[in-house]
Amino acid sequence: MEKSDYLNLYHQMVVIRRLEERAAELYQQGKIGGFLHLYIGQEAVSTGLISARRPEDRIITAYRDHGVAINCGLSAKEVVAELLGKATGCSQGMGGSMHMADVKKNYWGGHAIVGAHLPIAAGLALGDLYQNQNAVTLCMFGDGATNIGYFHEALNLSKVWNLPILWVCENNQYGMGTSVERASAVSEIRQKADGFGMKNYQVDGMDVLKVREVAEKLFQEIRAGSGPQFLEVDTYRFRGHSMGDPERYRSTDEVHRWQENDPIGIFHKKLVEMKVAGDAELNHQADLAEQEVAEAVAFAEASPEPTVDVVFNNVYVEN
Amino acid sequence: MARITMREAISQALWEEMERDPKVFIMGEEVGLWGGTYAVTKGFYDHFGADRVRDTPIAEAAIIGGAIGAALTGLRPVAELMTINFAFSAFDHIVNQAAKMHMMFGGQMVLPLVIRAVGGGGRQLGATHSQTPDAIFAHFPGLKVVAPGTPADAKGLLKAAIRSQDPILFIEHATLYQTRGEVPEGDYIVPIGKSTVARPGKDVTIVTYSKMLEISLKAAETLAKEGIEAEVVDLRSLRPLDMEPVIESFKKTNRAVVVEEGWKSFGVGSEIAARIYEEAFDYVDAPVKRVAQTEVPLPYNHTLEQMMLPKVEDIISAVKEVL
Repeated sequence: MEKSDYLNLYHQMVVIRRLEERAAELYQQGKIGGFLHLYIGQEAVSTGLISARRPEDRIITAYRDHGVAINCGLSAKEVVAELLGKATGCSQGMGGSMHMADVKKNYWGGHAIVGAHLPIAAGLALGDLYQNQNAVTLCMFGDGATNIGYFHEALNLSKVWNLPILWVCENNQYGMGTSVERASAVSEIRQKADGFGMKNYQVDGMDVLKVREVAEKLFQEIRAGSGPQFLEVDTYRFRGHSMGDPERYRSTDEVHRWQENDPIGIFHKKLVEMKVAGDAELNHQADLAEQEVAEAVAFAEASPEPTVDVVFNNVYVEN
Repeated sequence: MARITMREAISQALWEEMERDPKVFIMGEEVGLWGGTYAVTKGFYDHFGADRVRDTPIAEAAIIGGAIGAALTGLRPVAELMTINFAFSAFDHIVNQAAKMHMMFGGQMVLPLVIRAVGGGGRQLGATHSQTPDAIFAHFPGLKVVAPGTPADAKGLLKAAIRSQDPILFIEHATLYQTRGEVPEGDYIVPIGKSTVARPGKDVTIVTYSKMLEISLKAAETLAKEGIEAEVVDLRSLRPLDMEPVIESFKKTNRAVVVEEGWKSFGVGSEIAARIYEEAFDYVDAPVKRVAQTEVPLPYNHTLEQMMLPKVEDIISAVKEVL
């Protein structure tokens, strides 16, 4: 990795953090409607994973999707504009927080029904296999999704057909307010992949470089024809499940313990220790990120509302 | 023109489309080695190979979800559900994913997807395997629902569906597979979303589709012997619903009977009747009658099952009530 690569990862993580902090404010001001699920605390997961992909690799995730969008190369402007439901949003204001995508950047959403995107991910990988494309599909989902039938149908199919897919469970310890121990027969999620004869790994999701390292290895193996593999990433969301979560299911002590392992703080410290960059340089990166987000918010607020045509023109391709 | 069965017509459409376009492929339970539960894909596996005629596990969400994903990559999957009753196991993927994705992501996702599903009662399969839930699926904007009643329409509509850019549920009635009819050879396309007059008449309009077209035409023949000329309109697709031939016919006859195999409440007949009242109220000479399945889960017993399904006599008496 070059110095610029490290700084780029750092920049992405700070953009996600600042963007979501601003999103929380915009939500409280009533400018964002519906549900808003923040990725704060989990930035190292998608940043590390997606930094290991090639442009031809497809990315698909669940509804906690703003960070994934940024990592896939969507601009902060089109992400914030989508949150505000504007015509300039990545889904033209039709999808909102949970349904962001940009297929030109191989970002296939942004899916809000728990686990339902896993069979779709298998289909994306099938498309590449069928057309002899040497591409990998990266499918991310939460721990909660591993208890629903779709998960099992999709993993089974992917193994039976030897699909080029990397299944990644972001274990943030809770499916809404229900802890993994209370919802899943095994608390080490990766064990579920054993049931499908699938190689599986576990990694610390608070360390972006560790995530990137294992992702690089798995992308490479899958690209070489290994078939599907499974990665469990241990992480934690610092905020509630969505806005307005009373958080009765966890103690503030627990939250504070995890917050001491802030993925951005860890990465900052590591970059200084590795002598990649000094505090001043990293702080400058953070300032740039903050400025980018401020511009994105201004852009989104000034953007036009979508017209009703966008609705009627997109129910079908052929009317 | 060859006189072939509905099964052969559907098989022909699939075969020709797969020969024409390498992006078209089939996936589903027992579509390959077995040759299709209803033998529609017999011979396909040997000719097109395992990559293009893909046997799946018994996992409907994976079949439909997988087909959605493959369609998003530009392929044209034809996913087969062994029976439409199994569509409930893939309900989310049909109505909540396939029907939503184009709109919800601002038009950037395109799903050229066909779901073939076999439906209908009358075969002593018991309550869980005998349903006609077409209206449920027709409720969802974003999905198209096609249900042919003749072999020619089956071929032409299926070819149109495979070439379409939208997700389409293509419902085949199991007891129509042996029905014979004239079917044009080669590239025969019937545009989706066009109702048609299957039999001209002047006294009453019978609106129907799929299997019920067959018994409606039989009823019309019997009525003709009594001097009553029924005009039969075949909807062919429920969404989009082409009301033009229905309204045109009704303005001429001022009387209508709607015949469907599914249950009456919240069904196709309810929708058609409401549309007639909304669009042609001034022409109404009698209340629109609905002929439909008795509102019970279908029994296994042959006599009782037949008793619950719409019959020729039910249509005849409904027509006489509106005259």
